[in-house]
Amino acid sequence: MEVATQSTYPTSNSGELLAKLRQKFGDRILAEQSTCDAIPTLWIDRQHLIALLRALREDIQPKFEMLFDITAIDERLRVHRDDQPPSEFTVVYHLMSFSGNCDIRIKVPLIDADLNLPSIIGLWPAANWYERETWDMFGINFEGHPNLYRIVLPPTWEGHALRKEHPARATEMEPFSLDDEQADVEQEALLFKPEEWGMKRKSEDSEFMFLNLGPNHPSVHGAFRIALQLDGEILVDAVPDIGYHHRGAEKMGERQSWHTFIPYTDRIDYLGGVMNNLPYVMAVEQMAGIQVPERVKTIRIMLAEMFRICSHLLFYGTFAQDVGQLSPIFYMFVERERIFNIIESICGARMHPGWFRIGGVAQDLPQGWEKKIQELLDFMPPRIDEYDAMVLNNGILKRRTQGVGCYNTQQAFDWGVTGAGLRATGLEWDFRKDRPYSGYENFEFDVPIAVNGDCYDRCAIRVEEMRQSLRIIKQCLDNMPSGDYKADHPLTTPPRKEKTMQDIETLISHFLSVSWGPVIPPNEVTMAIEGTKGINSYYLVSDGNTTSYRTRIRTPSFAHLQMIPEISRGFMVADLIAIIASIDFVMADVDR
Amino acid sequence: MNLEIGSPLTVGLILFAVIITGALLITVERRLLGFWQERLGPNRVGWFGSLQVVADMIKIFTKEDWIPPFADRFSFVIAPGIIMSVVLLSFAVIPFAPNIGVIDSNIGVLFVLAMASLGAYSVMLGGLSSDNKYALLGSLRAAAQMVSYEVFMGISLLGVVALAGSFNLREIVEAQADGWYIIPQFIGFVIFLIAGVAESHRLPFDIPEAEQEICAGYHTEYSGMKFGMFFVAEYVGLVLISSLITVLFFGGWLGPTFLPPIIWFAIKAFGFIAFFILMRAAVPRPRYDQLMTYGWLFLLPLSLVNLLVTGVIILSTQ
Repeated sequence: MEVATQSTYPTSNSGELLAKLRQKFGDRILAEQSTCDAIPTLWIDRQHLIALLRALREDIQPKFEMLFDITAIDERLRVHRDDQPPSEFTVVYHLMSFSGNCDIRIKVPLIDADLNLPSIIGLWPAANWYERETWDMFGINFEGHPNLYRIVLPPTWEGHALRKEHPARATEMEPFSLDDEQADVEQEALLFKPEEWGMKRKSEDSEFMFLNLGPNHPSVHGAFRIALQLDGEILVDAVPDIGYHHRGAEKMGERQSWHTFIPYTDRIDYLGGVMNNLPYVMAVEQMAGIQVPERVKTIRIMLAEMFRICSHLLFYGTFAQDVGQLSPIFYMFVERERIFNIIESICGARMHPGWFRIGGVAQDLPQGWEKKIQELLDFMPPRIDEYDAMVLNNGILKRRTQGVGCYNTQQAFDWGVTGAGLRATGLEWDFRKDRPYSGYENFEFDVPIAVNGDCYDRCAIRVEEMRQSLRIIKQCLDNMPSGDYKADHPLTTPPRKEKTMQDIETLISHFLSVSWGPVIPPNEVTMAIEGTKGINSYYLVSDGNTTSYRTRIRTPSFAHLQMIPEISRGFMVADLIAIIASIDFVMADVDR
Repeated sequence: MNLEIGSPLTVGLILFAVIITGALLITVERRLLGFWQERLGPNRVGWFGSLQVVADMIKIFTKEDWIPPFADRFSFVIAPGIIMSVVLLSFAVIPFAPNIGVIDSNIGVLFVLAMASLGAYSVMLGGLSSDNKYALLGSLRAAAQMVSYEVFMGISLLGVVALAGSFNLREIVEAQADGWYIIPQFIGFVIFLIAGVAESHRLPFDIPEAEQEICAGYHTEYSGMKFGMFFVAEYVGLVLISSLITVLFFGGWLGPTFLPPIIWFAIKAFGFIAFFILMRAAVPRPRYDQLMTYGWLFLLPLSLVNLLVTGVIILSTQ
């Protein structure tokens, strides 16, 4: 069996980069680990961490502009880690270079008795929430962090949820009870104290008003809270508070089998549907060494782009609604409904089909699918043009959104902004174009960009992306390859059944693969895609088992929300609503 | 049955008709919005949803009438009453037809403007007494918006008053027998229309209760019938503004004789009601400071120029 060659990461310049780092850091690098995604992975001791990260950010060519992710791995139960230095908890920094179009992974080994390492907020402000989350989930202390509080779990939570000793199911825990005394404690913990949020109660000449926007508010798109510090209606500061929608998706990844985790991914960005399956199944396929047929790739792209349109339509409608326009959302729901009908006729479900499989898709396309897709291609373009006249060209809407919530490319890098929010600043960078996956290199489409980086631009880009998605779907329709909808590989799940009745070996492996699930060889992989809201990636660690050892889900919305204070200070409450709307997030994507 | 101005029967009928129209408008608006937004709207209760308003009323009357413990009880309770009474009182001077009306007042226009100003108290008291930050922001916005839009709402009408030579709404209607004031007073009409929407705080000028920004604004804490009064008063206010536009710029009850005057009045007024609903469906909401800037820096000078030009024309043609 040939090992997968569908790696999305250009490996050409990584050798050169490693040589430079070896020269500069020499024996301070503890080890170089090889992973099947070909991202250079370096181990370094914590006292040299800052120096290495600073060099990567500022000195070395290519420069790593963005802190893509920080997470940790509880290594205490891991069996297969031969080429790695001893570690009980490993903190993983994932950096991204846009100028060099490459990634690097830095790992820091820690022992349970001394879980301390320096905070890197000084290098990338985006590290703030990532470090808080890592503390929340693993109990790793980041020295010098200004507010290392819990971020997704409640303030009164006991333990650190992603440690291996923490139970994953409610049935492993004591039955839940809440007496009056405890209820008071919980209530007390929720009391709002501006000082804890880094806000002052009054300035020299005025006393501020604190307004609690959310967790239930018509415009926060889910359970999301922002504590506003107001001077009149002007925002002095706005501090987002997340975690109300946390479901422990990463923990579930460690208890579900590789196959049964797929439906959970649908619900991460719940507007993205099967697009969420894509990075996950591609990551597992990479580790398993599965090469999927061309037909599978094209089907996956077609459905993913349909979900992109659905998600953008919902964004477009709610954006107009949040600026006070009542009707567009209803028109866009009509459209969305029609697309969902097509998706339903293909996948059998509407919003969360969970339809992609390891090594393929669940079924072949139904008969007559071409007709349905052609209908979509016929009715959508004129409607999008009509919406331009109604929403984008509306004078009041322009005055409300142009020049509001601006940021430039550097700020976007600092805060980990990806997707339309990054392209609105003028950077032409689309994952599908620059690191094509699943066969995007065979498609013709443009990457829309804008220059101002304001709310209006972010909306305009998404509108243009819908048109480009239609172009891609058209090409899928015209050039759908024939062939299988499932790879011929023993780890394809569910496995192919044709030969099971003829030979006993196939029957046994089929039985095991269906009952226990596939066993994925030990390895590590990061697979990222251009999701509906930005770059969505899955970092999977396999320890040669039927379940994942660690599933890290890096979602774009998490980083985007962290930026709200930076871009909304000095604006009015109404502008904040436009800014929130223009970010396009769903809370399930933020809290996971 | 003989209707005459000010008879108890007429007064009773007008009161009944106005409140019922206001309530019915809730259903009408929802159906019209549904029609314009590619959806159905309420169509289950009664014929084509016509009894929806009855169901709504039953619901709103039987709901718990809750006063938040932290609210200032007295002003919290009277606030919805104020808006309801001033809107209804304004109808006293509206001439529906030659023989239908409550009083024939020589200060009709001024009376309507005075009542509109009083309406601002209701919104301010409601927001302040709720002791809720969203309500507070809502009433702040409402106070600023209503006070500033009243200024040129009054001035925009002065052109009509100058042309008719009277503050009496009946005489204004009769003066339009030769031609409606929409033609000589087009700018006044546009300004009055805009100010009217702002006064009744409906989209696009629903800034005091902008749902997406400050929940329900000044009536966030209201529930049950007290909320219902704010709600119905908004619709009655819509009827009032439409009636005023009809009277001041579109010749009131005047029209060809194959229909009785009151029907002409109703047709015209309903046309404007539908227009306001359509506007709600179509236009986004400007920001609060943009609305104020627009009002003070554009509409106010425009209305003054309009008055000046009207005055010059009247004087030069005499």
